[in-house]
Amino acid sequence: MSTALDTVATEVAVQTRGLRKTFGPVVAVEGLDLEIRRGEVFGVLGPNGSGKTTTIRMLCGLLTPSAGDATVVGYDLRSQQSEIRRSIGYMSQRFGLYDDLTVRENVRFYAAVYGLRGAALDARIVELFEQLELTPRAEQLAGKLSGGWKQKLGLACATAHHPKMLFLDEPTAGVDPAARRRFWEIIYDLARDGTTVLVTTHYMDEAARCQRLAFLSRGHLIAQGTAAEIPAQFGERTIEDVFIELQRRDEGEAA
Amino acid sequence: MLARFRRAGLWPMLRKEFIQLRRDRLTLAMVVVLPAVQLLLFGYAIRTEVRNLPTVVLDESQSSESRALIDVMRNTGNFRVIGSVASRAEVRRVIERGEASAAVIIPPDFAANLKRGRSATAQIVVDAADPMAASAAISGAALAGAARSSAILAQRTGGQPPLEVRVRPWYNPGMRSEAYIVPGVIGVLLSITSLVVMSLAVVRERERGTLEQLVVTPLGRTSLLLGKVLPFVAVGYVQMTVVLVLGKLVFDIPVRGSLLLLYLIAGAFITANLGIGLLISTAVKSQVQATQLGYFVMLPNILLSGFMFPRESMPEIAQWIGLVLPLTYFLTVLRGILLKSASLSAIWPETLALVTMATVLFSLSVLRFRKTVE
Ligand SMILES: Nc1ncnc2c1ncn2[C@@H]1O[C@H](COP(=O)(O)OP(=O)(O)OP(=O)(O)O)[C@@H](O)[C@H]1O
Ligand SMILES: [Mg+2]
Repeated sequence: MSTALDTVATEVAVQTRGLRKTFGPVVAVEGLDLEIRRGEVFGVLGPNGSGKTTTIRMLCGLLTPSAGDATVVGYDLRSQQSEIRRSIGYMSQRFGLYDDLTVRENVRFYAAVYGLRGAALDARIVELFEQLELTPRAEQLAGKLSGGWKQKLGLACATAHHPKMLFLDEPTAGVDPAARRRFWEIIYDLARDGTTVLVTTHYMDEAARCQRLAFLSRGHLIAQGTAAEIPAQFGERTIEDVFIELQRRDEGEAA
Repeated sequence: MLARFRRAGLWPMLRKEFIQLRRDRLTLAMVVVLPAVQLLLFGYAIRTEVRNLPTVVLDESQSSESRALIDVMRNTGNFRVIGSVASRAEVRRVIERGEASAAVIIPPDFAANLKRGRSATAQIVVDAADPMAASAAISGAALAGAARSSAILAQRTGGQPPLEVRVRPWYNPGMRSEAYIVPGVIGVLLSITSLVVMSLAVVRERERGTLEQLVVTPLGRTSLLLGKVLPFVAVGYVQMTVVLVLGKLVFDIPVRGSLLLLYLIAGAFITANLGIGLLISTAVKSQVQATQLGYFVMLPNILLSGFMFPRESMPEIAQWIGLVLPLTYFLTVLRGILLKSASLSAIWPETLALVTMATVLFSLSVLRFRKTVE
């Protein structure tokens, strides 16, 4: 293997080539070429149904791509699933933890599933509880938590094993502004420690916090760049303007 | 092998499932209380024979001979004499009102005819609206008549009756249907609850969205499914114990063979049914579908396994279907061990069938299960 390739492998966290997913007649994602660099916070934007969740699910191995390929943290999406699973964390758009387990039991379960045992497991739980300030709710059933707490619990479970790459699908939907700000501080902490983060959002202020962004519309990648570059590409002033313009265009096509 | 599962996350999975099971009051009630209630219902309601028919007597003969006949009839156990009546009109009235289901009418000349060596007649009136009761009355009357005849004949000739057929009902001397039905009910309840509860297990996680979060982890397929199955094997054992104890206390079913052997084979039986449930659970999209499919599988279990109707009298195709049901084999095992104190040498083919089914069904579910959300 050449040195150049090695450098690429360490620099690039996610690389997709012509990724496509269809559900029967519905084309959810089409010809997607994405590149996410190591250690960056990468935002994915797009109207409802534009293919954000489908993209993440493919990258996590939850959906098999209909065409195209990808590498995730240097592993091939089609042939190295188990290596990928060990290196990524995922928070689904819909709360996916056990309502009938307590906060502690959920975190313990996920940490243990990732192979932590004994003293290391206990230490990691303490660490996560401190980092995400979960201690006051430790013995509460997850089903009884409010939105913000649920999302923090989700993040604790998704990061229990120090993943190299974190996929967050609308992690701050239904979370109040203060909790949202705190959540983003934690995301930055993770990125500073070297975790690559892919996050989808509908909030423009959150989009502005991402180092780079991808814009999806009807399954197509239509722009990729920094929060400053993208509006310029469309001759608009802000990302929000781009977003609304895209949605208008989508509706025009659908009509 | 254990080490492999340990790495693949079987223990955390088991721990989680047991905690959830403990908090799931509804499932717990369903698997422990429901079988108990059903056992009582089934045990009392399903009776393939009728005993103690309420019977009135119109004894116009008032002789030692007439009383001897009534005694013999009472001894068959099919009749319970609830009183005497004075006229045929009264016979009609009590039967019409449902106070009695049968009446024995012994005419005035009964004893006289016997004395003269003539044939004496007695009459049984039966409310045949219930065919089961009617056939019990008829067979009871025929039995009593034959027994009394041969006794009288023997008296007259001063010797032994020329022919006597002795029926020995082995294993179930009282010919009580509970002894046959209750072990069957144990099998049916075990198979139904394991199947239904299990068929919901995986699809419930799919519906709630927790499966999506679970399958992105390195947790192995075998660990995931084994973690789902093993707690319910334990539940199955609790269930079996509850119904066995109840069966013993309430219906006095005999436990003649080795309980250890029964419990060992039950493990394979429970796992086989859980395997069917698991297979359903990995195949369907919703809990509703799972329940529907579960019922679809339950019906042949009840009808074709030999639980209610003897398999020997079924059409060939029904017998073939019966051969793929774990319950068919387990019924033989249950009745064999409980009633006939069968040892492994007598029931090894059934045991082998159950172990094979358990293994094949579980492996099939693991192979079918995909760690995706498609
Ligand atoms: N399992 C599925 N079966 C069929 N169609 C699907 C499935 N999942 C997604 N789709 C369709 O694919 C398209 C993209 O959906 P996706 O969930 O990826 O969008 P999204 O960008 O995440 O939307 P949102 O912002 O609402 O979360 C939609 O048209 C959706 O209806
Ligand atoms: Mg989505």
